[in-house]
Parts: sequence; C-alpha cells; structure tokens
Amino acid sequence: MSEIIIKNVRKEFDDFVAVQSSSFTIEDGEFFMLLGPSGCGKTTTLRMIAGLELPTSGEILIDGQDVSRLPASQRDIAFVFQMFALYPHMNVRNNISYPLKSQGMRRRDMRAKVAEVSKILGIEDILDKPVGGLSGGDRQRVALGRAIVRDPKAFMMDEPLGALDAEFREHMAEELRSLHDRMNATTVYVTHDQLEAMQMGDKIVVMNHGVIEQFGTPQDIYDRPATTFVAEFIGSPAMNLIRFEGQLAAGDDAVSVGSHRVAVPQSSATAAGKLVLGVRPEHVQLNDASAEGLAARVVATEYLGTTQIVTLESEHGEVKARTAASIDVGVGENLRLGFDVRTLSLFDEADGKVIPSALHDQARDRAGGWAHG
Amino acid sequence: MSGLSSAWSVTEPSSRQKWIAGILVIGYALITMMPLLWVFLTGFKTPPDSISYPPKVIFEPSVEGYVNLFTTRTRVTPSQLDALPPPANFAEEIVRQRDMVIAGPSKFGERFMNSVIIGFGSTFLSIVLGTMAAYAFSRFRIPFTDDLMFFILSTRMMPPIAVAIPIFLMYRQLGLSDTHLGMILLYTAVNISLAVWLLKGFIDEIPREYEEAALIDGYTRFQAFYKVVLPQAATGIASTAIFCLIFAWNEYAFAVLLTSGNAQTAPPFIPTIIGVGGLDWPAVAAGATIFLLPVMIFTILLRKHLLRGITFGAVRK
Ligand SMILES: Nc1ncnc2c1ncn2[C@@H]1O[C@H](COP(=O)(O)OP(=O)(O)OP(=O)(O)O)[C@@H](O)[C@H]1O
Ligand SMILES: [Mg+2]
Repeated sequence: MSEIIIKNVRKEFDDFVAVQSSSFTIEDGEFFMLLGPSGCGKTTTLRMIAGLELPTSGEILIDGQDVSRLPASQRDIAFVFQMFALYPHMNVRNNISYPLKSQGMRRRDMRAKVAEVSKILGIEDILDKPVGGLSGGDRQRVALGRAIVRDPKAFMMDEPLGALDAEFREHMAEELRSLHDRMNATTVYVTHDQLEAMQMGDKIVVMNHGVIEQFGTPQDIYDRPATTFVAEFIGSPAMNLIRFEGQLAAGDDAVSVGSHRVAVPQSSATAAGKLVLGVRPEHVQLNDASAEGLAARVVATEYLGTTQIVTLESEHGEVKARTAASIDVGVGENLRLGFDVRTLSLFDEADGKVIPSALHDQARDRAGGWAHG
Repeated sequence: MSGLSSAWSVTEPSSRQKWIAGILVIGYALITMMPLLWVFLTGFKTPPDSISYPPKVIFEPSVEGYVNLFTTRTRVTPSQLDALPPPANFAEEIVRQRDMVIAGPSKFGERFMNSVIIGFGSTFLSIVLGTMAAYAFSRFRIPFTDDLMFFILSTRMMPPIAVAIPIFLMYRQLGLSDTHLGMILLYTAVNISLAVWLLKGFIDEIPREYEEAALIDGYTRFQAFYKVVLPQAATGIASTAIFCLIFAWNEYAFAVLLTSGNAQTAPPFIPTIIGVGGLDWPAVAAGATIFLLPVMIFTILLRKHLLRGITFGAVRK
C-alpha cells in the first residue's frame, strides 16, 4: 500500500479553473476524505490521481514515483464510480475478474481470487447473475469487489454511497469502513456530505471553488475551522458567525463584541476591523437576563428529543444554541448569551481566514501541522 | 380517446383503443404487403396466367418463372423436339412444353453474387469506418467537431446522379469502372455519412464511465473500445448495418452507369430479363423475390436489435 503526494496540482478546463494549485499528502493506509459542495473540484482531483484526467500542472507522487503523466492503466489504482459503472454485458463474476484478466492471470487463479473476494463481501450467491437486475447494495458490493480483487496501490471512491437510499447508506458506510480497517488500504473518498466525512474519515480535505480550505483530522476541522467557509460547511446546525467591528493584539485573551467583552483563547496575532467570532451552537450558554453576556431574544425553538435548537436574535445577528431539551425557554424571552472560551474561533472577515490563537497550538502539537489556503 | 375509457388508467390503453390500434396496424400492413405478395405470387404463375385479365388470384402454381430466370433458352421446331432424347430433369420438361430447349445458365446467379459481395462488402466497410469515426467524434476533443459532422452529413445532400458523370470519368481513369472494389468504395462513401451520424448517437448514449472503468482495470484505450464499447453499441451497429445494406442492395442509378459485364448487380440486371423472349413477367417476379430474400433474412436475424435501435437510443434501457 502506498502514500500519495499531491504537489501544486492544478486543473483547467479551457478558461475555467476546476482545481487551483493544491498540495496535500495522503498517508499510507489512510481513509482520506475529499469534502466540499457540488462543483468544487472533488471529482476532478480524484480523477487526476487515478489518471482519468491529466493535471494542467503539478505533480502526483505515488510511493515517491511521479505518475502525473502515466495512463490510468499503469497506475494500479482502483476506482469505484458513483454509478458503479459495472460492465452491463458481463455477469457478476466476469465483472469482478475483469481487472485480473488484463494482467493475464490464469483461469484457475482468477476463480480462486474471485471466490475469496466474494466471500469477504458476502456476494458468493450472486456470482453468476447478470448485473442488470442487482439491487443497489449488491451493485455497490460488486463494484467494491472489482476494486479490491487485484490489491491495487490505492482506492478512489467517488461518492460511492450517493446512489443508495438513506437507510442503506449508513449500513454500507459501516461496511466500507470495516473493510478498510481490515485491508488497511489507502483510500481516497469523495463526498459532499459532511456527516459522512466526519464519521468515516481519518483525514479530511475541505474544498471550495477548486481551493483547499482546510486539511486535517475530523476533530480539527470541527473544532478549529481554518476559514469561515469550513465553519459554516461543517456541523449541523452550522457554526454561529457573529460579525462585529473590533481589534485584537497578539497575547489578548478577550475581545469587545459591541459593548460586551468576550473571553477568547489567547491570540497569537494582531487583527483589527471587521472580525467574525465563530462559536458552535453547543458552546452557546443561555443565561438569565440578569447575567453578563450578549443580549438576545428567543425567536424559535426546535425540539430534537434529547436536545433542542434555540434560535435567538441579537444585535449581531442570528445565533443558534443547542441545549438540553429539559431547559425551558419560551419564544420572545430575553436572555444573555455566554460562550465556552476554549472553543471560540476568531476570523478576519475580509479574507475569511482564522486568526491563530492558543486553540490552534494544541492542534498543531497533536496533528503535526495543519494547513489552509 | 374517450374520458371514460382512459379514466381507468392513464398509461395503459383501454381494450377498445387496443382493438382500434390493432385494426389500423393490420390494415396498414396488408396495404404495404399487397404489392410484395403480388410479386411473390406472380413468380409462381405461368406467363399466360401472369397477364390474364381479369387477374388470376387462384391459379395452378408453376416454377416456370424460376426456370426461365436461371436459364437461357432457344426455340426449336416440333420435329427437332421429337428427335431429342427424353428430358433429363423437370426444368427441361417445362421448357420443352413451350417448344424450347435450355441453352445454358443465365447470368442471374452471377449478378446476384455481385450484389451480395458489393452489398455486404460496402456495409461491412461502412460499419468499420463509421464506428471508429463515430467513437472519435463522440469521445475525443476534435477541433471543429460540429463543422466536420455537418460536412459529413452534407455529402448526402445532393442527388447521387449529380455526381455520376464525374465519378464515371474518375473511375474510368482509375480502372475502377465495373469492378467490385469500385462499387464497394462508392457505396461506402455514400453510406458512411449515415453510419457516422447514427453511430455517434448510439455511442454518445454509452456512459464514458464504462471505458474509464476498463482503463482503470488495466486495459488500453483500444481494448476498452472493442471490449466494452462495441458490445454495448451492438444495437446501434446492427440497425445501422441494416440501413447501409438496404441502400447498397437496392441502389440502381450508379449500378446502371458504372457496371456492365463484370460487376453488374442484380437491380440493373432484373429489368433486362423482360427482353429475352417476350414479356416474361413470372421470371422478373421470381428474380425480384429472390432479390428480396437476403435483406429480409438479414433484417429478421437482427430484428431484436433493430427494434431498440430504430428509436435511435431515445429510450434508455
Ligand atoms: N470535462 C470537463 N470539462 C469542462 N468542465 C468540467 C469538466 N469536468 C468538470 N468540469 C467542471 O469543473 C468543476 C468541478 O467539477 P467536479 O466534477 O470536480 O466537481 P465535484 O466537486 O465533483 O462536484 P459534484 O459534487 O457535483 O460531483 C465543475 O464546475 C465542472 O463543471
Ligand atoms: Mg463529483
């Protein structure tokens, strides 16, 4: 199995830049997520790694070898297509053994290999069926079988669960993840579903408009978003972005939001002007009107069983809070908001980038570096 | 149709609608089949029966037309006829009833084979070249694709007879006049525009992912083309082949002009039968019947594909 290094890779279609110069490293055995909204260049990136698309510039290294000009057939990478792309004129067995056939493997060995793979995937009983009548889940398994049968250097998966219905997705997601854990194969997985990315991924790259917004572990991306885009894209409901005018010097551990002082993780940079305070709904505390904090009025509540989402209106815009469902709040009630100091992020509104603080030092220590931009 | 009958189901036609549709289809089929049936029946009439008035629908069948089609005959006097040994076969017997003897085989068999060679040869070549061109137009970024496609179609826009004279002169110069190769090339040139256009439509319908999957699975582009794309384009190829064959098989104008002895096809030959010993309609009808067979058999063999193909990929599986 293998390490994949993407170095300044860029892709243009005529005048349109689908992927801006991007760099990241996919470590050996990692389950790696490419996450972003529709049209952000995820598929294009994946196809460049697989060799179905040639980068306009940049290098792609697999195990140290530059493969960016190599045809797909010579890269030894498996690809699971969104609609599976099973060969419609072949039965399940021939679909799975097709990659082996190209290597000129002997018939007997091929049969043994297909048997082994179909056992792992639990599809032994459908081997001689045509692929036309298979259910979504079985198609998915056959597509996986065709991918894993030849022990490729890495797997590329383009929204492999996208064609399945919601109920089955979760089940297949688990199956995929456990398959990965068993084989420990480097896997690059494209999705626009942030929950899927958070659940399954070891590492996530968040893309937007062909630009890499952030690269890190799910926890990092959730707790320490590098840009306001990531802050809003990840989490449901999204991170609250409280816009205000203020200033911040290196070493400060509080910032004035309007007339109110908010404690923040110690800043390691200086910033002034239009700033954005990012706070996750679960880190918003609802206090009595008599307490200290940002004044806000409840405009709606949404009951979710054990928790509820409370929507409030403040002079800095709408704020959502996730609290225990047992806390009784009524619409129209005036409250004060408190924020959990450990998890607050500050962004510069002009470029949307985070202002580094003590919050990020912890992450850097743990993950060995983080990148954005 | 009436609101009452369609009220039961929006998509499923009512039984009355089915009846009406069935009657219309059968009626139409009968009308179009009538001339064919008449030709077929005439082939089995004797010459007097074939021109009797009123026309005979019930008659005693005879293979005289077929015998005449495949033979040339000479008239003999009754005394000569009496001097001959008894007839060797049924054909000889039929011919002698008309005071004639068989002089030798006619050219029909040869002309028919020419039609087979030229018809199937040009169809094969049109399909091979057309499939590859259509694949290239469908999959690769070719500059001026739209203009090129229009140019290819435009070769079909003028009547063939308009270019007949230049082609006649050119072929004489090149030594292609009255050769099988010449006719194959000519019919391929005419058919290829149709083939490229039809096949491009079919190949456009095949998702690229299948080929990409094959590339990923370790196959070259060409392998992906013939192992993955071709099997899926089979429907389109079959229906395109039928259209090409029908054109090449029935073509008359070029065949009259460019062929005479060596490579003459059946269409210009069949009318010449009329001239041999009076108006021999049964022989003409027999020739027409045999001439129809190959296209009919070819179409029946491919009809499973044709039915889907004729919608030009409009309906996805
Ligand atoms: N072959 C192509 N020619 C021109 N533009 C293309 C081509 N392929 C992709 N694009 C454009 O590049 C951009 C990125 O496409 P890509 O398929 O990588 O997006 P994506 O992130 O996978 O989106 P989705 O979630 O919708 O699949 C899109 O705007 C798309 O229109
Ligand atoms: Mg995509």
